[in-house]
Formats: sequence, C-alpha cells, structure tokens
Amino acid sequence: MSDFKGSDVVSIRDLSKERIEQVLDLSEKMIPYAKGEKSTKALDGRILANLFFEPSTRTRLSFESAMVRLGGSVIDVAFPSMTSVSKGETLADTIRMVESYSDVIVLRHPHEGAARLAAHFSTKPVINAGDGAGQHPTQTLLDLFTIRREKGKIEGMHIVMVGDLKYGRTAHSLAEALSLLGAELTFVAPQNLQMPKETVKEVEKLSNKPKLVSKMDDVITQADVLYVTRIQRERFPDPSEYLKVAGSYRIDKNLLREAKKDLIVMHPLPRIDEIAPEVDNTPHARYFQQAFNGVPVRMAILLLVLGAESNEGF
Amino acid sequence: MKDFRVTPIRNGTVIDHIDCGMALKVLRIIGFTGENVWSTVSVLMHVPSKKAGWKDVVKVEDRELDPKEVDKIALISPRATINIIRDFNVAEKYKVKLPEVVRGIVRCGNPNCITNLAEPVESEFTVESQNPSVLRCIYCDRILEDISEHII
Repeated sequence: MSDFKGSDVVSIRDLSKERIEQVLDLSEKMIPYAKGEKSTKALDGRILANLFFEPSTRTRLSFESAMVRLGGSVIDVAFPSMTSVSKGETLADTIRMVESYSDVIVLRHPHEGAARLAAHFSTKPVINAGDGAGQHPTQTLLDLFTIRREKGKIEGMHIVMVGDLKYGRTAHSLAEALSLLGAELTFVAPQNLQMPKETVKEVEKLSNKPKLVSKMDDVITQADVLYVTRIQRERFPDPSEYLKVAGSYRIDKNLLREAKKDLIVMHPLPRIDEIAPEVDNTPHARYFQQAFNGVPVRMAILLLVLGAESNEGF
Repeated sequence: MKDFRVTPIRNGTVIDHIDCGMALKVLRIIGFTGENVWSTVSVLMHVPSKKAGWKDVVKVEDRELDPKEVDKIALISPRATINIIRDFNVAEKYKVKLPEVVRGIVRCGNPNCITNLAEPVESEFTVESQNPSVLRCIYCDRILEDISEHII
C-alpha cells in the first residue's frame, strides 16, 4: 500500500526516516530503467509539468528523463519571461492553471517558500526542485542515495562536508538528513562560512555531536565520504582573500594521497575549481555518478507520489 | 490610604505584567496611538513587579481586546496577563498564550520569502517556543528575528 500517493515533496524535513528509506530502496530498483537497460510504461498517460522560473540544467533534464523513462510525458515552460507570470500573475494562479493540465508539478522558483505555497494551492503533488536559497529535497535524496549505493550504508559512515556551509541551505538539509540516518559528521569551512549554530544543534539532536574544523589536513585521513560544495566569490569583499581561502580547500591528488583508499568524493555540481580535474580519473571521484543518480531517485519519487510504484511489480 | 498612581477603571481591560519597555508597542498593537481614541488609556512604565523585578502596565477604558490582539501581545510579552474589568471588578483574568500556529498577525522577516510577494496567502508560523517567542515561517522555513518589528 502506498501512503506516499498524493504527497508533496517540499522539504526533506517532511520525510520520515522510513519514507527516505522507501525512496532509496525504490531508486535502487530504478537503475536499470534509468540506464535504458529495461523499459517500463508505469506512468503511461501521466503528465509532469516542469515549471522552472530559474535556469537549471541538471535538475530539469533529470526530471524530464525520469518521467520519459517511466513512459510518461512532460510539458514545460521554456522561457518563464514569456509567460503570464511576467504580466504579473501570482504563483498561486499559475499553479491552479497548471494543475489542471498535469498530474504532478515540479517547481523551481527564485523565492523561498514558493513550493510550500504551490502545494497549498495544488491538489496534485508538488515536488520542490529548489526554491531560492531554500530547500532542494530531491538533491538531498540523490546525495543520500549515492552514499548508500557507493558505501553500502549511511549509518556510522564518517562524512566530511567542506566549503560554504553557512549560506548553502542544501548543505544544511543534507547534514540534518545524514544525521537522521546515523552518519558521523565533520564540517570543514573557514570561520565565516562555517555551518550555522541552528543546524549544528539540529544535528546534535538527531545523532552525535559533529566536529567543526577549519583545515582539511586534520580530517582527510578519517573520511569515508568527502562532500565538496562551492565557495562563492561574492561572499568575500576582498578578491585576494577569496583566492586564498578557495585555494586552501581545493581538492587535488596531493591531498587525496593521505585519504582512505575507498574514500569517495562528491559534489552537487557545477564545480568551478574546488576539485582539480586530475581527481576525475581517480577511483575516488563520484560526482558524475551522483549526477546520474538524479534520474533513478526522481523516478522513484514520481512513482511514489503518483501511487504507481506497484504498477509493474517494481 | 494607599496611594494609587492610576485610579481603578470601571469597565475595560488591564494588560498587566508586560515586559519592561514594551508598553508602547502594546499600544501600537491595540491601535491606541493617537487617532480615533475615544476612551482613557493609562500607561505605567517601569513599575515594581512582585513576579519579575519590573513591568509595564496598560489600562484601557471601555474596550475589550479581540483574540488577534491578545496573540500579538503574547508575541512581544509572553508573560503578560489580561484582566477584563466590568463595574470595577475583575470579570475575567488570563495569561496570554500563543496558539501552536500563528496566522496573519506577523509578516516574515525574510525579504525573499514568497509570502512577502503579492500572493493570496496569510503568513503562517509554527510556534517553536512560547517564552521567549520563537516563530518559524512554514513557507520559507526561517526563524523570525526581531518579532516586534514585523507585527502586522
């Protein structure tokens, strides 16, 4: 029985541990379909509306790929500037119109809380594909899936998150979800970009106390997973300060020499120069695998919210 | 004879145990800031309190508060008590208490929150703590800082 059917996926906090595991289990089964090795018509006749009010490559394409792989169709708005939104229509009205054309809505919007608002007005499931600096739950789920798939489990894994941990709210959601699933966390960032107190407290409540450090050298030897995020230039008023800080967190072969043999390096992409290209060919690199995993994970989410996961006996 | 700073009122509301310094904000909440005020309002600021050092008190004659006003007072002064006076007697007395969710009485402090655009929704916050008041926007998920500045 599916209790997921009709649910919105707005924030990772809305999902219990059991539901997260349900998504990850089904994602595993979706891999041969996502690769095109098997085919299915589980969502035949269903329509996904891709509403992207902000540019996105990976998320939009992977949702589209996921829906098409499941035998469904996708309608989208190519240029939001050409829609009635640019004429001043409210998001609430846009959603009420789009829900009558589709079975599930995927929304990316520049304002925080947009997906919650859309879910409020839509009777069809709404999946948040990123709202401003807010939540991006399908990214969190695919990150969790990548770790579980590559390492066999999440519980007890030592995960080191490095980069801009203060402003990236997806980093906050990931940290909370990882601690919910029992991972050990270390946050590596310069002091002005370190994980906010609020998130650290939340992590402590869910699992063990995370370690907060400012240098990579101290932790690289113990890490099972290195999760790298981008340090944005605009966070530093002084460009030379930016170069100094960004340089000290750059992941290269030299740094990885000290790491465990089976350490995996992840990055939500796009990367700028946080990870040297020379790392791509090492056995540690998993960021392209991670990007691929967006497809099976989004397939699983679509099946679950549309109540079709048992259609073809997955 | 006891020396009253302000005489008892016949009918109206006494808002007692207001956090020190918050009386003028309470006046703003109940709309008693100068225009269209037809009854006497007395404000006591920084008076001794048996419970907590110092307090403010507001007495409003011939007026009772509506629930939204009481919730707004609870936001900025969680220990306040409301006394409804009828014919010189305390007819009702209760402590302010925030509901689990507050709607439409305070706006989100995040300028990028969707509720600050022209969307047809009321703001909505879950109350994570009563004293001190901690509110989290259900839309953008942020904790509201400086609550008294965002009361609608």
